[in-house]
Amino acid sequence: MSGGKNEVAIVGAGMTKFVRRAQETPKELAFEAVRMALDSAEMTLDDIDCVIQGTAPDAFDGIHMKGEYLCDGSGGWQKPYSRGYVGGGTGVFAPIQGWYHIASGMFETALVVCEEKMSTFQPHPQGAFLTIFDNMTERPLKPNLLWIFALEMNRYMSTYGLQIKDIAPVSVKNKNNALKHPAAQLGKEITLEQVLNSEVLAWPVLREMVSPTSDGACAVILANKKRAKKITQKPVWISGVGWNLDTAYWTNRDLAYPQYVENAARMAYKMADIREPKKEINIVEPYDPFAYKECHHLEGLQLADRGKAPQLAIDGVTLRTGNMPSCPSGGLLGVGNPIAAAGLMKVCELFWQLRGEAGERQVPGKPKYGLAQAWGDLMQVGTVLVVSN
Amino acid sequence: MSNSVAIVGVGYTPTRKLTPEVSYKEMIYEACVRAYHDANLASHRDIDGFISCAEDFLEGTSIFDEYTPDQLGGIQKPMHTISGDTLLGLATAVMNIRTGLQQLVVVEAHSKASNIKTLDAILHYATDPILTRPLHLNPHFIAGLEMQRFLDISKNTLEQCAEVVVKNKRNALKNDLSTYGTRLTTREVLSSEPTSTPLTQLQHAEPTDGAIVFVLASSKIAKKMNRTPVWIKGCGWISDAPSLETRDWNRCAYAALSAQMAYRQAGIRNPKKQIDFFEIDDTFSYKELEHLEALGIYETGKSGKALLQGALDPDGKTPTNVSGGSLGMGHVLEATGGFRTLEIVKQLRAEAGPRQLDKVKTGLAFSWRGLPTTSGVTMIYSQKGA
Amino acid sequence: MRMNLEGTSLKREDIDSKRVLTTRFRSNAFYAWDTGRGIGRYLQGLKAGEIWGTHCDTCNRTVVPPRIFCERCMKNQVSWVKLQDTGIINTFSICYVNWDASRVEEPHLPAVIEIDGASQGHGILHVLDEVNPKDLKIGMKVKAVWKRPEERNADITDILYWKPY
Repeated sequence: MSGGKNEVAIVGAGMTKFVRRAQETPKELAFEAVRMALDSAEMTLDDIDCVIQGTAPDAFDGIHMKGEYLCDGSGGWQKPYSRGYVGGGTGVFAPIQGWYHIASGMFETALVVCEEKMSTFQPHPQGAFLTIFDNMTERPLKPNLLWIFALEMNRYMSTYGLQIKDIAPVSVKNKNNALKHPAAQLGKEITLEQVLNSEVLAWPVLREMVSPTSDGACAVILANKKRAKKITQKPVWISGVGWNLDTAYWTNRDLAYPQYVENAARMAYKMADIREPKKEINIVEPYDPFAYKECHHLEGLQLADRGKAPQLAIDGVTLRTGNMPSCPSGGLLGVGNPIAAAGLMKVCELFWQLRGEAGERQVPGKPKYGLAQAWGDLMQVGTVLVVSN
Repeated sequence: MSNSVAIVGVGYTPTRKLTPEVSYKEMIYEACVRAYHDANLASHRDIDGFISCAEDFLEGTSIFDEYTPDQLGGIQKPMHTISGDTLLGLATAVMNIRTGLQQLVVVEAHSKASNIKTLDAILHYATDPILTRPLHLNPHFIAGLEMQRFLDISKNTLEQCAEVVVKNKRNALKNDLSTYGTRLTTREVLSSEPTSTPLTQLQHAEPTDGAIVFVLASSKIAKKMNRTPVWIKGCGWISDAPSLETRDWNRCAYAALSAQMAYRQAGIRNPKKQIDFFEIDDTFSYKELEHLEALGIYETGKSGKALLQGALDPDGKTPTNVSGGSLGMGHVLEATGGFRTLEIVKQLRAEAGPRQLDKVKTGLAFSWRGLPTTSGVTMIYSQKGA
Repeated sequence: MRMNLEGTSLKREDIDSKRVLTTRFRSNAFYAWDTGRGIGRYLQGLKAGEIWGTHCDTCNRTVVPPRIFCERCMKNQVSWVKLQDTGIINTFSICYVNWDASRVEEPHLPAVIEIDGASQGHGILHVLDEVNPKDLKIGMKVKAVWKRPEERNADITDILYWKPY
């Protein structure tokens, strides 16, 4: 048993570019991310004991049992291979799965791969989301994905007396951060005014406050303590893991606050011995498919008081140069949102940041603890990973 | 394995062709309540983690894991879905418990196959979209290819495959859960409607509805919870090549390698001697023989003869699918490995009634994920703990 | 660290001009879901122009959509309660895009509506109409507008929409 803090480390990471429509097949995207991760750790597939695949709905790629299809592209051939699944939360959950594979004592190394190819679905990946709603009580209304986020954002704003202009700075920050990410799909210099003047998609959600649909893949390599120290001088340790799923009856829930994110965060903090997250977490990658979600999640993660997270972006606290950089990668709003791969991208970012390898994106100071979080399903799942150097 | 993990509770609904009286949530709830009662659980709030085994296209819902927590009492708890057979869910629970992070974990799987109106089209959807799908073949052709090759290499015969069907459907007559128990002759099996030759209709397990829920516990609390915990001594899972072009048609690597992994953990050197009975995948007739040989219970080409000599019967040396298997109970999609495990739990607890085997201590369950996959999971269960 | 990233971006023209090859496939996945006892009765109620919820006797909570077991206490001690066809807006959106991302002329007005008679905070997803989007407010009282009885189908769309009253 090695389920305690800092027994499993991330020793390698890789990713593809995130693009609107990739020429590569899903298997090829997975392969490219895996190859880069293996190269970065100077390892080969022979060094890998087990493989974990994370990928969101089968409907995107149009392949039933997509995990099985992706097996060889992900390096899973003739290995213990499995696919776990928590919708949009998958990207941060997959490395948690890798963690328990190793922490169980059954494996020494694990390869974690997340891939998403949304462009396969025609005419628009949005359509694949129609079938996430309850088959008997909701789907006949032909809901689209924007509905539920707009509904949640509105409830969040009205509960705390916030306005769209209070939340828009998150978009400005993340899209500008993404300018320095070589994989980014949507990095751009954008002003607050441009965000606020962008097209209304589903009020209160504006065009520039939504992440794009994307194709892409990410991979990380995990190892137990003994192996990690041989593989690299700069392992990034997994200090805490947490995951939590709330009820499917989302219309019976308080949409203003993500209790499940708090539950997942508390689980991870307990394992990591973090008592004062606001002081101890130096760099955070919360899930930001929509601008308000970054705020929502910072509050659930106990990194901001309820209703106060928007002020952090306004005050510059969450800028790359601020006290608690949030989404220094550029986040989903800037780098792109190939669902599961986007979550793992956040873990890759922490890996590079904590090793001081983030290049132009490197946050100042010497960050010690980083946190990545993802979220999904019908606004009901939180997955949290705390890492440290 | 050190840090042993045990099954301390199981609940299920009978496998049935149709279940119009319940929604999938209601069906799972029924199985869940029974499992928690079986495990002597004071409250569902004591459970540390939940795992559901499901796949979107079998449910007709994208991101199906959204709908998994309520009927298990899993709201606001660590819960996730595994895209795989129940056995992969059980292996996942074992890992979670062995980290020390969780003591009590629930695993759920179900099938509402009767609600799927185009199952073959969905299986077709699992084949390679560029290389295989444009051929517009019913995906069962892959089983036909596999069977043809298996018979050619192993020299097992068509009649022996038909005998698997006869045996399993006969065994099912003693299982009150089963739906497809009947007495048949090999001639009837072979002369049933051809599907993808050499397969005939009676050599396919029929898609069936059912739900199953397991409660797993660490060794620390297992003995307190249940008089007769069933210990998981080994679990192995392997995926071979997914595409038809790259797989090795001569060898069932997913079964062989997953078994080796499980045997290693369980300290098993001679599976035929050390394991008392087998509940293994028989989605198609030939699969039972192919899997028995790959698991190392019989040498290549020897399982068919052993079957004819009665070795796989309940009173034989290597009783196989005493429950009736999927051919006798129906194929419950991702719950299939769960129902194989259920039989082992019943036998090891001496609760199998008219099917009870004498002096069984160790059982093996093996699941295959079905067409067109090459993924398999082996589990070793025992009466004896760590 | 220098990163050499793979991934080739395609544009619409690359596909239209056949610079890259594509394959097309339309899925043929069809289902007929068993509604079971809880949702089955809910949908039958809609056909009769009624909204039914269930009350958990243990938790003293009335929920909608109804279920025959309570996900909090996991007991099945529930009783059926006929709710009002009125409620208040818990939250709403003014949506200008269709499910396939195309623009709509008249915005859709989805909302979570807390149903009168259910416990506080318990609502359903539906749509609003007969209202100027600018006038919408959280907390506004709304009433169901039903299809004519002969047009109802035991479906959530038996309620056409909700309007302020």
